[in-house]
Amino acid sequence: MMDNKRRKFLKMAGATVLAGISAPAIVKLSSNPAVAAGDGGHEAPAAAHAATDTHDEEQSSGVRLGMVIDMRKFYQNQGMLDEAIAACIKAHNVPQIPDPKSEIKWIWKAGFGNVFPEHSQKLRSEKVKDNQFPALCNHCDNPSCVKACPTKATFVVEKNGIVAMDFHRCIGCRFCMAACPYGARSFNWQDPRPFIKEYNVNFPTRGRGVVEKCNFCGERLALGLEPACVEVCKGTGAMVFGDLNDPHSEIRKVLDQEFTIQRKPAAGTKPSVFYIV
Amino acid sequence: MYNKGLIVSGLVIFVLLVTFPIWFNGLDAGPLPKPELPPNGTKECVAPAAEMRDRHMQLLNEWRDDVIRNSSREKIVVAGVEYGKGLQLACMQCHSNKEKFCDSCHDYAAVQPTCWECHITPDEAAKKEAQ
Ligand code: SF4
Ligand code: SF4
Repeated sequence: MMDNKRRKFLKMAGATVLAGISAPAIVKLSSNPAVAAGDGGHEAPAAAHAATDTHDEEQSSGVRLGMVIDMRKFYQNQGMLDEAIAACIKAHNVPQIPDPKSEIKWIWKAGFGNVFPEHSQKLRSEKVKDNQFPALCNHCDNPSCVKACPTKATFVVEKNGIVAMDFHRCIGCRFCMAACPYGARSFNWQDPRPFIKEYNVNFPTRGRGVVEKCNFCGERLALGLEPACVEVCKGTGAMVFGDLNDPHSEIRKVLDQEFTIQRKPAAGTKPSVFYIV
Repeated sequence: MYNKGLIVSGLVIFVLLVTFPIWFNGLDAGPLPKPELPPNGTKECVAPAAEMRDRHMQLLNEWRDDVIRNSSREKIVVAGVEYGKGLQLACMQCHSNKEKFCDSCHDYAAVQPTCWECHITPDEAAKKEAQ
């Protein structure tokens, strides 16, 4: 009698645990249209394929700021790239830390292979091999860093599409750094102030334990200025900045006329920075 | 009541101990801080002094959210002078000595705001210049 009761109890308990474990999986499966609809599911991938065939990615509406970097202008003039980087460093109190493991980068130089690892590196032209390319945060239209940030310290400014940061909120978890496919974010392992040569007193520094990156010069745009790097290249067309969603903007004219590439398009983040190589 | 003597004397000792800082200082809170008035002679702040004393920390948080979250950076005009919303852009323009202004009250109240870990004081800027 006693034994019988215990057996029954154990059986019931086992069944309950099993049901508990498998319930979420069953709910998930049945909410998947392909499984729920049986045969009809085949149509979904076909439709998705047709959409990508037009090569027209869906883009958010409203102002979406972006940049075109015309490397043809930088090939003849790598000094201008150094100047543009220096202007950013000065404008944003970016520390210059020699140790590559703890360096802080907003806009930086890298070889073609590092900037475009998904493109063929074989038998590249001399100018591509011999020149450095600017890299910066792409202010992606589908930013993985924003999805990863648990505190909303990284967020999209709805007004202009800039992927901005609120340093006050950053807890330094570095999820965003793991999520960004472009290495566009840097972490302050130490107090950055000793590594800043000259202060811009109208902009803060950062403290130890926060992440930082390019902010598309949000603070300068508010004053009606162009981003610091773009201003350095003024008149050369090396860096064109503007609204990707405005068909009459200068940047759209360049994009309409020239063949451009983005960094790691397969990552699906939809970068807003385009390159003419 | 059992152990009356023990309990009452225990209570008296407890009250004396927790009020130690009060009676040890002779019921005196010490000299009140005198934050320095703006060295540049500005008379008018972005809000009346009493309000600033009460809620400057809330105002700074509101400015932070306006500027960073809502991209609303419109200038604040006080007595014909324009200020940007921000500790460095507004406050420190007049209260240029953080040590004699901000610190005087913060030290007295034993609060340690973290503002200056990132925001640059004129003194810090001068030190960098001198390097
Ligand atoms: S480049 Fe990286 S940091 Fe910048 S928006 Fe895209 S995912 Fe975020
Ligand atoms: S490090 Fe900061 S910005 Fe990055 S995900 Fe964590 S809280 Fe967000």
